[in-house]
Amino acid sequence: MTQPFIHTENLCFSYKDSEGAGEHPALKGISVDINAGEYVAVLGHNGSGKSTFAKLLNLILEPSSGVLCINGMNLTEGEIDDEQLMELRRNVGMVFQNPDNQLVATVVEEDVAFGPENLGVPQEELRRRVDDALDVVGMREYAKHEPHRLSGGQKQRVAIAGMIAMMPKCIIFDESTAMLDPGGRREVLDTIRMLNREHGITVLNITHYMNEAAEADRVLVINDGLLLTQGTPNEVFSDRALLLSAGLEVPQCSEVVLELREGGIAIEGEDIASLQGCADMIARAYATR
Amino acid sequence: MKGISFGQYYPASSVFHRMDPRAKIILAVLYIVSTFLCKNVLSFAALTISALLLVILSRIPLRIMLRSLRPILFIVVFTSAINIFATRGAHRLTPEHWWLAIYEEGLWNALFMVLRIVCLILSTSIFLTYTTTPVSLANALERLLSPLKRIKIPVHDFAMMMTIALRFIPTLSEETEKIMNAQKARGANFTTGSLFARAKALIPILVPLFVSAFNRAFELATAMECRCYHGGEGRTQLNVLHYRASDFVAILLLVGFGVGLWFLNRVDFLYRLG
Ligand SMILES: Nc1ncnc2c1ncn2[C@@H]1O[C@H](COP(=O)(O)OP(=O)(O)OP(=O)(O)O)[C@@H](O)[C@H]1O
Ligand SMILES: [Mg+2]
Repeated sequence: MTQPFIHTENLCFSYKDSEGAGEHPALKGISVDINAGEYVAVLGHNGSGKSTFAKLLNLILEPSSGVLCINGMNLTEGEIDDEQLMELRRNVGMVFQNPDNQLVATVVEEDVAFGPENLGVPQEELRRRVDDALDVVGMREYAKHEPHRLSGGQKQRVAIAGMIAMMPKCIIFDESTAMLDPGGRREVLDTIRMLNREHGITVLNITHYMNEAAEADRVLVINDGLLLTQGTPNEVFSDRALLLSAGLEVPQCSEVVLELREGGIAIEGEDIASLQGCADMIARAYATR
Repeated sequence: MKGISFGQYYPASSVFHRMDPRAKIILAVLYIVSTFLCKNVLSFAALTISALLLVILSRIPLRIMLRSLRPILFIVVFTSAINIFATRGAHRLTPEHWWLAIYEEGLWNALFMVLRIVCLILSTSIFLTYTTTPVSLANALERLLSPLKRIKIPVHDFAMMMTIALRFIPTLSEETEKIMNAQKARGANFTTGSLFARAKALIPILVPLFVSAFNRAFELATAMECRCYHGGEGRTQLNVLHYRASDFVAILLLVGFGVGLWFLNRVDFLYRLG
């Protein structure tokens, strides 16, 4: 079996007080393996430690204890030099919630170029990468536009292009759709899925939208700094009580199926995470009634 | 507040718009030197003609061009008044018993001063603000001043700060508008009352604005770190500036103009500055 792309063992992190006296444990031991090419959703209530977990993965924050290996590189063993850090951040990109606070340049194409510029990519290749990245997210025609005149979904796609231009193996989305309207969210989600399916990029999508999580291959649920459960969306969403204890809900369609089952209606099948799956299951149950 | 225009870049297609921004900075400096070279009627006439030529070549409408002169109107009036009344010379124009006598020399001096200031402002606004975006100006300054890096002056960092500031002006002005509306909805009043009361009404705007600006700054810093930003060292650039032959021609022309002014200064005609 090949090595997982992300491997953590008992990963812990505490925020220090400004005086350095008190400590606020945010992660209390997370052990998880994420394989290259996987699409993983991360769920958890506000303040459960999702963003903290994400920031540990590219060493924006340094783990307090535990083991963290990324792409075969052990990051919790010995000193990490600047070159290794750059290599890590090139491999593990991150897109944040507010698109306004992650775009640096005043022209779209220059913003996309920002990452590779920092990596010292020579100019001709830079041009090619920027054009390719903008093509991937479908924003090529906006190359010369000013970011602040774009819609939220478009800005977020520019931010994604900025990551793609660094040619990462993995991109972490920290609530990247939270500030978008349904249209913008669809744009971004389709882009994320396409990156995962067609470009083989490992995706970690942190989200509060259950139906967004249903699109993933696997769902991690973090509760108060601990990994509560993990599994396919179907597995995770069938245990409503557990999710409820973590302050989460199941998607509406799953809720319907689970309620019907509780009401004594026999609905066969596993496919309860997606709307289509739930509808099919109910239809089958109705037909065989 | 909507559509706040920072800088005064006027999009058009002229020789100056196409020129390398570094060349434009050099031209602006040369032109400033030229305005100070002028000493007599002939050289000032040449300077005026050159300024008109710049205006025509820049293809910026006169109405917009004149807007750049409005802020200096007071200075122009003030300096000419001082020159007119304070210069003593050989040719008095007003009768003896006047308290403030006006001399012919004073009028000439005033005229020259006004021409000098107007040409200065026109040329720098054409070269640096109307035809150059603030960002390319920051970029050009970074490149021009890059030799200073050797004596440990953080040129790149300053340019980066300038670019980011420019990038965030529209974002923050939008935010200001939002906060103002939020405070208005709570009954705040920014338009009436004494100056003091109005200044006080601004505090509930400034505080949230600062808080949010700091939050944005932290987030942006994290985002930049994620994108491998580590200062200017080893950075490449997507759009590298290239001097073209025409840039050198323009610089040479302006140097030639300066030399021409120096020769014109030697011709005695009507009046020259003392
Ligand atoms: N900079 C910080 N300093 C101190 N404590 C922090 C800091 N950032 C987060 N925390 C604390 O760490 C815990 C985890 O925060 P984190 O941001 O990882 O949560 P989250 O799951 O991303 O929440 P959300 O869904 O709101 O984004 C919270 O209790 C929070 O109060
Ligand atoms: Mg978060």
